[in-house]
Parts: sequence; C-alpha cells; structure tokens
Amino acid sequence: MSQIKNLTKGLIKENPVFILFLGLCPVLGTTTSAINGLGMGLATLFVLTMSNLVVSLIKNFIPDKVRIPAFIVVIASFVTIVELSMQAFLPSLFDALGLFIPLIVVNCIVLGRAEAFASKNNIISSIIDGLGMGIGFTFALTVLGGVREILGSGAIFGFKFIEGDGMLLFILAPGAFIALGYLIMLMQKLKSKTA
Amino acid sequence: MEYLAIIISAIFVNNIVLAKFLGICPFIGVSNKVETAIGMSGAVMFVMVLATLSTYLIQIYILEPLGIAFMQTITFILIIASLVQLVEIILKKVSPALFQALGIFLPLITTNCAVLGVAILTIQNDYNLIEGVVFAAASALGFGLALVIFSSIREQLDLADIPQGMKGVPIAFIVAGLLAMAFMGFAGIV
Repeated sequence: MSQIKNLTKGLIKENPVFILFLGLCPVLGTTTSAINGLGMGLATLFVLTMSNLVVSLIKNFIPDKVRIPAFIVVIASFVTIVELSMQAFLPSLFDALGLFIPLIVVNCIVLGRAEAFASKNNIISSIIDGLGMGIGFTFALTVLGGVREILGSGAIFGFKFIEGDGMLLFILAPGAFIALGYLIMLMQKLKSKTA
Repeated sequence: MEYLAIIISAIFVNNIVLAKFLGICPFIGVSNKVETAIGMSGAVMFVMVLATLSTYLIQIYILEPLGIAFMQTITFILIIASLVQLVEIILKKVSPALFQALGIFLPLITTNCAVLGVAILTIQNDYNLIEGVVFAAASALGFGLALVIFSSIREQLDLADIPQGMKGVPIAFIVAGLLAMAFMGFAGIV
C-alpha cells in the first residue's frame, strides 16, 4: 500500500468516527464549538502518532501475552504528557475539555491502531497511519464542532455572524447526538459515492 | 439526604451516557437487544463500584502522600485493567452462572470510558469513600437505565419503516438525541 493512501484513508474511507464508530465519547462530549473539537482532535492526533511510533519500536521485545497492558502503559504515558503540557500552556482549553483529556487513554482508536497496525508494521508506516487516523479524527471533531457552533450559537471558530442566540439545543447534549446522526448519514452517502 | 441528592443527580439529571457522554461505545454497540443490554449493565455496575473503591483508596493512601498525583491516569487504567481480569478469573471459579451471564461483557469494560471517568470524577468532586461508592453505583444504574430504554426502542425500530440512508447507526443517534432531550426534563430537580 502506498504511503499517500495510508495517510488519506482515515479522512473519509476509513474515518474512525463516521465509518468505524470508534472513540465516540470525546466526539460527542467536546464538540460544543469548532475550536474545542479541533483542540481535542489535535491532542488525540499527538497521542495516536506517538504511541504508534513507540509501539512499533518495541513490538519485538514485548511478549505476546502482556502486549495489551504494555500498550496501555505507553498510551497512558503520552496522555499524561499531553495533560500536563495542556494544563501549563493552554489552561482555558484544558478547562473546556476537562475529563476527556485523561480519557484519551480509553479511546478505542488509539489502542485499536496500536494493536491492529503498529504492532505489525514498520516505524514509518506506523507513524503515517497514526497521523492519517489522527487527521481523520480531528476532521470529524472539527466538522461536528463547527456544525454545532453554527446552529447553536450562530458563530464559527468564535466569530459571531448572527445576533443573539441560535438553537441552543445544539450546544446541549441532545444536539450532539442528533447532529452526529445526520453527519454519519451524509458521510456514508459520500463514501458509497466515491467507492 | 446528601446521598439521595447524589443518587438522583447521577441517575437522572447528570446521566452518565445522555448528559456526560461517557460509555457511548457500549451504548451504541450492545444495545440491539434488551437482554444483552441488561447483562452489560450488570457487568458495568459490578466493575464500576469495585474500580471506584480501589482507585479511591490508591489515590488517598498512595498517590497523594507520595506527591505523585500526576500519575493518576496511568495508575487508574492499570488498576481497572487488572481488576477486570481478576473479576473474570474469580467469577469463573466462584459463580459459573454469573460468569456465563456477564462473561463476554467483562473484557469490553476495560475500554469503557465510563469506568475510568467515574473513578476520576469521584476524586475531582472531593467525595469521601462512601459518597464515592454511592456515586459509582448510581452512575452505573443511570447507565443501565439509559441502555435498557435505548435497546427497547431499538428493538421496536427494527420493525419500523426507516429511510434508506438513516438505517442502522444514524437513526440510533437521532433516537439517542431524543432520549437525551427527555432526560433534560429532569434538570433542576436537585
């Protein structure tokens, strides 16, 4: 498989959120605005790429039986790095994302890619796979965050273009489910067209 | 009275699935049948209470005195993962019937973010040990309630005439959205 294809498959064809339905908790929980979605996406992208890199480096030294706990420790270390740096340098984003930063550990995409891809492939492809999946995840979060922000508060990335409030429902919990439902429908349509 | 407030808040007002978005994967994944939904809720309840109890003790008696609270994420996830394994082994030996019922759900629970989420929330909310356990049990009940309601709706949906593009996961999310809207009606009770 060519590396370009490896990088872009996460965007639509194997998008972790819209097609594979992995890691949905942060997708719904952090996308009250486009910028929060983008921040969460980038944090996950970093953890995904770095853990893929390390897992691919150590895959030959780890006994098969304890590989899952070992992968979890690797992932948890990078999550702690993200958590502490974000708390230090981007405190407002850290407050907005809250609980979902430590919860990157249990995001199925990260462990899934470590187990399904990085533990079987060389370093370069593993990094590219992590980047690709991370970009797909970030894309999904930013789009959902954007849709909810436009409908819910009439703004995009914080720039308001209508007066007053929008449909507040879309900022609240139910709006997350409904917006994601429609987005999944659209993406599946898009996928079946390109395939 | 305090405990009652924690219970009602965790089950209805701040429902773990529909208001806090934790444990969405099993919520969508195992909600096709009411029976499996009940099994999953039972397993989550069991693990969530045990996990909150042990992570709380570790946090108070080991991490905080040593000044390494930043190791929280790593420690908690390891405790939960080994706890799930332990529960699996013990159940297999002690109660094969219960193991039969919960067995296939147990491995899935390690990556259920609700368990880790509740453990961390217990620490963040400064609950004491009993409050933490009550909070965990009530959160698990809330999870079970949402899952059972949702799976009964999905069983009905199988018979409904749904537009082609909406079939499967998209309609499930719309239903979850409507359910979340219904639960919003509980806001302000506590």
